[in-house]
Amino acid sequence: MMRRDHCFEALARHIDGQIIVPVYQSAQQWRVAKPGYPLTFFSTGAMGQGSSCALGLALGRPDKRVIVLDGDGSLLMNLGTLVTIAHQGPKNLLHFVSQNGTYEANGGHPIPGCNQVSFAQLALAAGYRKAFEFTDLTDFEARIGQVLQEEGPVFVTLKIVAGDPPPQDMQFIHGEAARATFRAALGGP
Amino acid sequence: MTEHRPATITGADIFEQLLGSGIEYIVSVPDITTSEGLLWPLATTEKRFKLIRVCKEDEGVSICGALSFCNKRALLLMQHTGLLDSINAIRASACEYRLPVAMMVGLLNKEPDVPPRQSSHYGVRIVEPILGAMAVPHDLLEVADDAARIKPAIERSYSDSWPTVLMIGRRM
Repeated sequence: MMRRDHCFEALARHIDGQIIVPVYQSAQQWRVAKPGYPLTFFSTGAMGQGSSCALGLALGRPDKRVIVLDGDGSLLMNLGTLVTIAHQGPKNLLHFVSQNGTYEANGGHPIPGCNQVSFAQLALAAGYRKAFEFTDLTDFEARIGQVLQEEGPVFVTLKIVAGDPPPQDMQFIHGEAARATFRAALGGP
Repeated sequence: MTEHRPATITGADIFEQLLGSGIEYIVSVPDITTSEGLLWPLATTEKRFKLIRVCKEDEGVSICGALSFCNKRALLLMQHTGLLDSINAIRASACEYRLPVAMMVGLLNKEPDVPPRQSSHYGVRIVEPILGAMAVPHDLLEVADDAARIKPAIERSYSDSWPTVLMIGRRM
């Protein structure tokens, strides 16, 4: 089984100028995989809202590729987002979900349907242009560069285990400094 | 004796104020109070705004907040039931992150000329107290003259980087 931290390290090697929107546990590991990357949007707010934040950014900045690093528990809290995103059809949006079948930040309880749900199939049924599913790190490393070039909205399932526990810094994730850094990097107000 | 009642606020009144406030995107889940006056025109003839239909109102809170980072102004148009359903998203993105999320909220079933807090409908009565507890400014719009409150409320939301709610109290 792939480790999420290893996947993010592989992804980080391809990131230069894209907006990254990581939710909670992914955000902590993304900070390790790509330290100080200023175009990281940490401020995803309430659980499940990362993909909606990413859609707003994708619509507001069509000149930028936007990559959301969602979680399976998070996506289940906002499944309608798949339909909303597909309806808007942003060509610059890539939606990754790390699927480990648990509410990782809430005690490790299993998500409903953890052994049967296919998020990639849900995304395709909602109207995403393409969907990919990765279970092997070598395969992911070989193909991620091409996947990142695809026209969105694209969905990518990473079937993972969490990997090394990252340093937890929720104050940074939710803090004004992270938003100010992102705002400045984006050239916003 | 003829009684002259002030004219109900119209979609045209609101659209002009929104344009003057720099609103570019309107994000919405349908609301029966504003359906005919605002959302149907937005979906058909009113092309000066970009309409984003969402499945659930909390998506709209996040979309509006994210658009603000792109220097784009947006309005979330929804029913008060959607506002109540989105409280946690408003708490997190709009209040704790201090983002300018401007919301227009139809008060389903509010009786004309009855203040929201005195409505016979529980869901309407609790809207203002909840917004008050969250320190979210709110204005009630019912008649044509009330439209003048829209632009100042939106300007204040963006200058203070804080949410605002414009409540529509009569079916348009």
